[in-house]
Amino acid sequence: MAEGVKMDGRGAVRRRMPLRLVLSAGWLTVLVLAALLAPWIAPKDPLAQDLFLGRMPPFWVAGAEPGYLLGTDSLGRDVLSRILYGARLALTVALVAGGLTCLIGATLGLMAGFLRGWVDLVISRLIDIWMAFPPVLFSILLIAVLGPGLSSIIIAIVVIDWTRFARVVRAEAMAQGAMDYVASARVAGRGRFSTMLTEILPNVLPTILVLLTLEMGVAIIVEAILSFVNLSISTDDPTWGGMIAEGRASIHQAWWVLIFPLVTLFLTVLSFSQLGEGLKDRYDPVLR
Amino acid sequence: MSFLEIRNLSAKVKGNPVRLLRGVSLEVEAGEVRGLVGESGAGKSMIGKAILGTLPASVELTAGQILLGGEDLGALSPKARRSRIGATCALIPQDPLTALNPSRRIGPQITDRLVDILGWGRAKAEARALELLAEVHIPDPARVLRAYPHELSGGMRQRILIASAFAAEPKLIVADEPTTALDVTVQKQILKLIAEMQARHGTALLFVTHDLGVVSKVCDRLSVLYGGMVVEDTTTRAFFAGPSHAYSRALLAATPKYTDPEGSLTPVPEEVLVAVQGELVMADRAYGRAGGTHG
Repeated sequence: MAEGVKMDGRGAVRRRMPLRLVLSAGWLTVLVLAALLAPWIAPKDPLAQDLFLGRMPPFWVAGAEPGYLLGTDSLGRDVLSRILYGARLALTVALVAGGLTCLIGATLGLMAGFLRGWVDLVISRLIDIWMAFPPVLFSILLIAVLGPGLSSIIIAIVVIDWTRFARVVRAEAMAQGAMDYVASARVAGRGRFSTMLTEILPNVLPTILVLLTLEMGVAIIVEAILSFVNLSISTDDPTWGGMIAEGRASIHQAWWVLIFPLVTLFLTVLSFSQLGEGLKDRYDPVLR
Repeated sequence: MSFLEIRNLSAKVKGNPVRLLRGVSLEVEAGEVRGLVGESGAGKSMIGKAILGTLPASVELTAGQILLGGEDLGALSPKARRSRIGATCALIPQDPLTALNPSRRIGPQITDRLVDILGWGRAKAEARALELLAEVHIPDPARVLRAYPHELSGGMRQRILIASAFAAEPKLIVADEPTTALDVTVQKQILKLIAEMQARHGTALLFVTHDLGVVSKVCDRLSVLYGGMVVEDTTTRAFFAGPSHAYSRALLAATPKYTDPEGSLTPVPEEVLVAVQGELVMADRAYGRAGGTHG
């Protein structure tokens, strides 16, 4: 808010930073730092195998091996180091795939919702057709065609999930298009494109932001699913989904191999969605 | 010569033969305040939207002309029409709560118009915006320019919208029920303000309302609308002295009076409605014979 403005008191109320915003932003910050600093802070080489140290429990359980804080998997690789390195892939996918999905989906949705007419007709039919495909099968099919690899995962996520943005943004843009300020801008002779940018986009931006954070969580889950079915990047490289898949095989002998990456994944996806909601509550001028 | 001239305007929803506007003719002289009254669905707002070119895509104009300053809007290309309307017309909307963009500050929402229409620079436009806000009696205009709409009350927002409508010195302002969404004490102030601004700027005003009390205070002339047809076109003075059309008389009689709030609520009599609806049918038949689409 502008400095010193006191209108009718509404703007002057200072609200506390909501707890969920603090917690989710805190967790994600830790994760980003972990991903960036992985080569320096990881206690072990995530790929180094030591078959004599297979399935060592985490540090607080009797029989733990010093230096392996969260234990080792069946090949004797350090679970903590693999989680830290896995964060790199997870966050890359979240940022790149989430961002691209958002850009493409929101642009199409905005155009369909505001320009209406044949543009809307084409885009809406495309969304309908797209949503008839079962997403998991569609992604597995795409990866099978494109071949495994980071870029294939990202392409698969973008290709499947753009409809999520397009649908919601289209509906929002339509609602905004009926507002009097849009009519006023048009009466003043403003062009359609310029009206879309100044009158519609700022008002759908909070929604786009929430969708983006949700999508980042979804992207991480999709990557994990693809890793789980062994369609992600090479099996040696540490990914959370891959670790979960491996951990599943030895759940009765070594629960930690499954539980730690699972909890990390859960917290990360939860944090993304809570971050979006928290930001919207706090910064959306329409809700304030 | 009148600035706005509507000749025989007809409109309908696409794919539906029923006409929403049935050959409306209307003139607004430069600097004149013209009231447009009628019950809900009579087509009052639609006429305003037709002039401003903001009709929904589902509505089409089937006959007639709209002339602004003697120039037929229908003969212009869409782009030329837009800039013609933008340069000469403005809107005071009904609901001040939805008429300002909630995610932009007040300042640019006023100055946009000056920059777009008059081609002014930002600094000059901002200075003018300050003057305008002072003109509509907003205290501390500099602060308000930096505020977001949600920080201001409904009355304040309507003042801002009035300032913004007069900003580029339009020839005609369409006021679409500008006081309906406000509470009664604020209504009076806003009405006074519109009249004051209109007198100072000499702008022609098309005042769309269902409130005859409002009309009696601000309008020079008025048109009574029923079912998209003008049933009476007269001066305000003559109307309140005694309307000539039966429907207008009934409408006037139906206005509640503060002195007798219970007793004065007279609905429009059945026979008057039957008679005026008969006129609509006659108009539709004549339109059909003249080759209008779908009769």
